[in-house]
Amino acid sequence: MTPALTDVDRAIRRNRAAALRRPPVLVAAVVVVAVAAWVLLLADGTPAGAAADDPGKFLVTALDAVTFAGLSFVAASGFTLIFGLMRTVNMAHGSLFLLAAYVAIRVQEAMVGRSRNIDPADVGLLDWVVPLLAGAGVAAVLGLLIQQVFLQWNEGQEMRQTLMTLAITVVLADQMLREFGGLAQRMVWPGTVTHFFSIFGERYAATRLFMLAIAVLIGVLLWLWLNRTSIGMVIRAGVDDRQMVRGLGINIRRVFALTFLVGSFLAGVGGVLGASFAGAAPGTDGSWLLNALVVVIIGGLGSLKGAAAGSLLYGTVVAFSPAYLPSQYSYYAIIMTFGLLALVLAVRPYGLFGRPA
Amino acid sequence: MNLRPRLTGETLALAVLVLFLVLLPSLATAFFVNFVMTQTLILGLAAATIVFLAKYGGMTSLAQLLMFGVAGFMFGNAALEGGARGLNLGWHPWAAVGFAIVVTTLAAFVLGAIASRTTGIYFLMLTLVYGVIGYFVFAQIVEISGPGGITSIQRPDLLGPPVRLYYAGLLLSVLAYVGFRAIRRTAFGLALQGVRDDPVRMASLGFNVPLHRALAFTLAGFVAGLAGLLNVWWNGQIDPASISIGPTLILLIIAVIGGISSLGGAWLGAFVYVLVFTYLRDLPLVDRIGITEARFNTVIGVIVLAIMVLSPEGLTGIIQRLRGRLRRRAATEPAPSDGRSLPVHTTQKELGGTRS
Repeated sequence: MTPALTDVDRAIRRNRAAALRRPPVLVAAVVVVAVAAWVLLLADGTPAGAAADDPGKFLVTALDAVTFAGLSFVAASGFTLIFGLMRTVNMAHGSLFLLAAYVAIRVQEAMVGRSRNIDPADVGLLDWVVPLLAGAGVAAVLGLLIQQVFLQWNEGQEMRQTLMTLAITVVLADQMLREFGGLAQRMVWPGTVTHFFSIFGERYAATRLFMLAIAVLIGVLLWLWLNRTSIGMVIRAGVDDRQMVRGLGINIRRVFALTFLVGSFLAGVGGVLGASFAGAAPGTDGSWLLNALVVVIIGGLGSLKGAAAGSLLYGTVVAFSPAYLPSQYSYYAIIMTFGLLALVLAVRPYGLFGRPA
Repeated sequence: MNLRPRLTGETLALAVLVLFLVLLPSLATAFFVNFVMTQTLILGLAAATIVFLAKYGGMTSLAQLLMFGVAGFMFGNAALEGGARGLNLGWHPWAAVGFAIVVTTLAAFVLGAIASRTTGIYFLMLTLVYGVIGYFVFAQIVEISGPGGITSIQRPDLLGPPVRLYYAGLLLSVLAYVGFRAIRRTAFGLALQGVRDDPVRMASLGFNVPLHRALAFTLAGFVAGLAGLLNVWWNGQIDPASISIGPTLILLIIAVIGGISSLGGAWLGAFVYVLVFTYLRDLPLVDRIGITEARFNTVIGVIVLAIMVLSPEGLTGIIQRLRGRLRRRAATEPAPSDGRSLPVHTTQKELGGTRS
């Protein structure tokens, strides 16, 4: 290493040290330490109890956090992928999510041959995977259609595109209410994964781990696709400089269409997972759009790493705050999500891995 | 200030419109005034705060309905005594009004300060998250509301007859319109527009960019809170569902229908929205093409989609373009400036500089 380089290295390190002394960073660090101390030692009188006294509850909560993070990651990854390349905020993401869920439920009912009270034992792995692909496929095609009809010709006009997708959300939500009704419906997990096992004397559902496994698989596949294939290389280059990619003679319109297809497909996969995990009903679209938004705001828009980090943080807060707030204040758990947002934005206004648009 | 340049056609038209609206209760039916027009003024006032933030601050906010709701909930909590839910403080109505306004303004300042370092799409998403979290706060915390909301809220005696509420809405709307227009010329307004156009340059000139954004958001929250008070008096109750994600989007859609960079457009959009909402079910063909009352959102969504496809500047943009085309036809020679490039240009400006 040349001396000049070491100098630069040292300067960067000094900058980092200086950054750590900034007040917001200091506040964030203090808050994190305080929360950790509370959860580990002090949290008596909460539903879960202090982690040192009851490690089982702590472990279950941690598993809840990670599995919920997995689902949030799937929901947010498509959103962030589309934004990263096209700068399009696809507010219809939640609608695609819910549509895929409804379609998958219908297909599963048709495959099992019963519309109500499906027993998990009757559901083979195929009776779950085929509806998953069908639902996600419908979402992908609809997403591509939306992109081709409404978003392709006004590229760069972010606000106009956002408002268009918002209008599409309103229409889709209304039409889904007409088609699928207002009652909550549920996708049934395949029988082979529907059982419980025990850790530290607590029962835990294997389906949640199955969901986590799928999320990790999707994350790995996405990473490989973006980092190890030539089309992924084009997408990463497009994230950095669209004009240059175009100038190199690459048909970026086709890349846009493909990205939208994949992003919508991911929304659909998230929807089917979500419908198996928590059910689908009118309003699910809005709450999952919220989850995706929170994840990308925390993690930084357009970054896959950010989506992973954001969903882990968000999952942790969502799982831990109802369990470790004093029992009479459990209602206030939602404020913790807001606190997390405020904390992250105070330190990094564009999210953990984001950068100014 | 000189009065002469202010007597333009535009101010004259505005004065005539206000005069007409003042006389309206003796011209139109009570239903039209107390239902359609009062609602138009309330929603228009709230939507005008979105337009104010978007036009002068470059911030498209989805949190305005939350501010609207916070004021309503706070009034309900403070004014009621012995109600089924809420804090039941039982204060004098005007003390409750003061309390609601103060809480709303403070909340707006805190939320604005947190959001003040983000712009454009980030700001939109963050304020949407505010809105949804606000919904959950009121839906889950039973001490201040709970899912059922607060019911049987009385308005102050001064506003007893419904028509007085209409006049209150009219007064506040005119004040807000004139006030927002006046702010444009003040030092604060000029700095705010500078922040919208080039935050980096304004920062290097020594302006506190986040503070300007936060203060603009606070002002908008204050006005939205006033609209929220009118709304809770008009409705007599408020529940969390009325500030959930659907109505939040509807308020933005109202601003968009009118034209997101035209202040007057907010009231125009609200008028169109309320008209569609009120009279759609009476149209003869509606049943035949499968659009019943319940499918109302589809109609609104399609209208917005059509407007956005035609012109991102909303109805006022379409009107201006038509007017420009007529004028050009009258002059029989094509004007050098193309009317179409203008709207696109201003939208890009509002985003706080789009660079890809």
